[in-house]
Amino acid sequence: MRTRPVRSRGLDRTLIVVTALLVAFGLAVLYSAGQTDVPSAAAGVWKRQLVWLGIGCVAATVAFRISPRVLEWLAPGAYAFALVLLIVVLVAGTGAGTAAGAKSWLSIGGVRFGQPAELAKLALILMLARYLSDLREPPASLKDLVAPTLIAGVPFFLVLQQPDLGSALVFIGILFAMLFWSGARFSLLFLFVSPVLSLLLAFQTNAWGLWMIFLLAFLLIVRPYVAEGVVIYVANAAMGAILIPVWQRLAPYQQNRILSFLNPEIDPTGAGYHAIQSKVTIGSGGWLGQGYLQGPQKRLAFLPEQHTDFIFPVVGEELGFAGVVVALGLFLALLLVLLRVARRAVDPFSGLVVFGLLGLLFTHVFENIGMTVNLMPITGIPLPFFSYGGSFFLTSAIGIGVALRVAWEARFSGYVDA
Amino acid sequence: MKAFQSHHIRSRALLAQWALIAAFTLLIGAFFRLQIIQFERFQLRAEDNRVRSVPLMAPRGPILDRNGRIIAENVPGFAVKFLAPSEDSLRAVLTRMAGVVPLDSAHVERVVQRFRRARHLPALVMSDGSFEVISRLEEHRALLPGLVIESEPKRHYPHGAALAHVLGYVGEVNDDDLASGRFPGARLGTMVGRGGLEEEYDELLRGRPGIRFIEVNAIGRLVREAGVAPPLAPTPGDPVQTTIDIDLQRFVDSLWRVGYPRRRGAVVALLPTGEVLASYSSPTYDPNVFIGGTTEEEWAQLVGDSAKPLFNRAIQARYPPASPFKLAVAAMGLKRGLITARTRMPQPCRGGLGLGNRFFRCWKREGHGDLDLTGAIRESCDVYFYQLGARLGLNAILEEGLAMGFRERSGLDLQSEARSIYPYSTAYFDQVYGPRGWTSQGAEFNLAIGQGDNAQTLMNMVKFYQGLAGEGVAEAPYLVEQHTESSHDLGLTPDQLRALRVAMVEVVETGTAIASRRTDLSIAGKTGTAQNAHGDDHGWFIGFAPADEPRIIVGAIMEFAEHGSAVAPFVTDIISRYVLGPEAVVQGAFAVRADSAPRALQIDPEAAVEPDPMPPADSTYPIIPFVAPFPIP
Repeated sequence: MRTRPVRSRGLDRTLIVVTALLVAFGLAVLYSAGQTDVPSAAAGVWKRQLVWLGIGCVAATVAFRISPRVLEWLAPGAYAFALVLLIVVLVAGTGAGTAAGAKSWLSIGGVRFGQPAELAKLALILMLARYLSDLREPPASLKDLVAPTLIAGVPFFLVLQQPDLGSALVFIGILFAMLFWSGARFSLLFLFVSPVLSLLLAFQTNAWGLWMIFLLAFLLIVRPYVAEGVVIYVANAAMGAILIPVWQRLAPYQQNRILSFLNPEIDPTGAGYHAIQSKVTIGSGGWLGQGYLQGPQKRLAFLPEQHTDFIFPVVGEELGFAGVVVALGLFLALLLVLLRVARRAVDPFSGLVVFGLLGLLFTHVFENIGMTVNLMPITGIPLPFFSYGGSFFLTSAIGIGVALRVAWEARFSGYVDA
Repeated sequence: MKAFQSHHIRSRALLAQWALIAAFTLLIGAFFRLQIIQFERFQLRAEDNRVRSVPLMAPRGPILDRNGRIIAENVPGFAVKFLAPSEDSLRAVLTRMAGVVPLDSAHVERVVQRFRRARHLPALVMSDGSFEVISRLEEHRALLPGLVIESEPKRHYPHGAALAHVLGYVGEVNDDDLASGRFPGARLGTMVGRGGLEEEYDELLRGRPGIRFIEVNAIGRLVREAGVAPPLAPTPGDPVQTTIDIDLQRFVDSLWRVGYPRRRGAVVALLPTGEVLASYSSPTYDPNVFIGGTTEEEWAQLVGDSAKPLFNRAIQARYPPASPFKLAVAAMGLKRGLITARTRMPQPCRGGLGLGNRFFRCWKREGHGDLDLTGAIRESCDVYFYQLGARLGLNAILEEGLAMGFRERSGLDLQSEARSIYPYSTAYFDQVYGPRGWTSQGAEFNLAIGQGDNAQTLMNMVKFYQGLAGEGVAEAPYLVEQHTESSHDLGLTPDQLRALRVAMVEVVETGTAIASRRTDLSIAGKTGTAQNAHGDDHGWFIGFAPADEPRIIVGAIMEFAEHGSAVAPFVTDIISRYVLGPEAVVQGAFAVRADSAPRALQIDPEAAVEPDPMPPADSTYPIIPFVAPFPIP
């Protein structure tokens, strides 16, 4: 392993610039989110976010200083530690902020320290990267997926118990991203998720029938192991069969929430309120928006959670479609830069870690922004660099620090990307 | 591991890159759809969210008397309203308000009910806050979030109780009205007319409300009142000119209050054209108490009063027409050619007339002797009219009664007028009493003296007398617009009319109303005493003057007045006040003798330096200011 002094010329400038732009943009929007005509909890949060920015810079620097080899070595310990924290938080956690009912915060003596789920995301990335990079062959059958699924599944279920569906889904996103990067065939991943698709399609009997025929044809073409093919097909059939009884056993508010995703107008003041107001806020922005700090939907508190989960509609309302395109462009740039870093990584572990981070950020960005336009169901997960919140900002900062290190190593490895 | 060979990685990276680009394209597409394609829809929706339109009350049109003097107007008032996000918060803020200004719990409930009907609009708490209340509320504004104080025109009736029944009053539209569509265009919170002209001409008077825009936040709290969007100005209501002569109306009111306090009854004064100069009902009430919302007590007092002050006795009460109806029977006989003014009946009056085993009395026990029609009218002889009724026959009495409009409303332009009761045919008696339960002769006798199955509103009777006073056509009375289809030609020749008028002059000169005789004015009229099964009889008098060319027809009924001769002086006072002017001496009812009253000082016309301003051409006596003969209580 090369040991060279860390020098600024080895840094990935693009990654730093894009990240800095996103952080600046995010802070500006967070400041605006606090400017309302109605007393709001969001009024001064941008100052606290500045503190987190400082902490994040330190954390990123530290992460940059740590060799991927150390990370690889640390992975099982970090993973175990994260699981322990997740269990502790289930026993002694407290709620806060927008998720006051969930036990997601770890606090000692009333002081909240952070959300272990955020740490667990990083730990999972390290653990999966270590496991997948040790494989001799890429996962080729369902059997090969059992171990990585378990690695992601344990924190997934622990977070689900808090309950925090949004964060739990991020673990699935990370798992799929890293399985993909480890070389698992696309058809395998497709078969792996097929029971979930079956469950969703079962709402519509005809669509579900077509789906089952399509799946049969797909299995015949892809030809996995016979036993696995049978298991997948049976699992799909079972999902379709259990949907109705499961649906009926859901509490009315849960049914309501699902129906409200499909059509928010069913319950405009209740379950559909967030979805509708978010769309109204974004839609009223037009090409250039109402002007920075000027959005009436935000100012008059029609937009809920405007400094956390629904911060992106502030961009849409005040800066319009132009602002949205700039923000989405920056996010896309960040993800593409991370993709380049992952591709150029000198070793599989480093590449997997960076791609895992890419999966993490992508899941957050796509889910958070998607839900504001009703493209995704509403789950409370933050938007990287925009939403107010320390733990996740720290997670993102550490991720960027690690990615910078991987990029730095690649630059001095003599590896040239063709 | 094979999978991490560079060309494998490159193909995966390419796939991931396109997947990312596709995902972001999808997001951008979703934003493009919302922000660009559906922009207008969401912009409207955002405005709907925060901009509330609050109706701006249109000032109601003024109501004027015949000389253009105001009898209903608007004065500035302040309405206190609250914009509340929820019922609970409204209650909370009202509780706090009760600490600043007095507010009882029943009032709070009414406000909450108003709020429930229109949650997005400011709920009305007081439609008429006094200056003191408003300034105290303004002082405590910080304590009262959602407080909206609006300057709203407030209805005011300068003549108060004098004209209450004709004008009616205004009040907030209620749910029943909205469901029945009685007030087209009215919405919650609209003030509409109740009773009288205010209700009848509500559409004209109401005008169209304007709209004011206010900005509210997510929980419905007022953020900005001005500058959200330019307000749409309200269209004021049209003025309505009536036929009422406010001087005469006030005179009637003051005369009644002083002369007959607590007596129930009504007065109607018409012009020969059917224009209503005055219409009064006693007891009366002050319509101004309805403005700004009555308290429960005030309302309970008005409704619960056994004297029914809200009841307009001029058009809603039906009384047996009694002797004044004898003129109708006489007119029927003349019209059919059965009698002339000189016709005598076979039986002279000996105090009554036998019919089978029944004896029909004349009101005068000792009898009137042998009378012609003129004398019978003068003396109001029942026996003469029994025989005239028999001569006419029941069918003729009913047919002619219907033709003269005795089974109809007078046609006055107030919907609340009651229809008079009169049998439509003999089938009526079969239906009511059974085929063997009545005799046509008994019915003829009863109807001939204005008793029996006959009950008329005062307005309808005065309308008939106005026909007698004029050209023989009973013109439909009206306050604003005449319903000419309700006019009735009595079918009498000018000679016949003259004969009846001569008889009516004799009533006042030498007959039953001799006490009301005036030396300075020839008044024609007819007294009446309606038998009342529930107590003292009701007194009638309907008269007009000057007898040769009538200028005014006045009728009055007083409940429990025992006899029409007690009502006559009152009516003749009103007539002379109108015909002779305010200097005319009030006599009769107050036993002020004509020769003892102070006379107006004669002023030499040449001595006047400045002439009085000329009166408007159509006015009757507008230059004479109203001088109450007595202090009005």
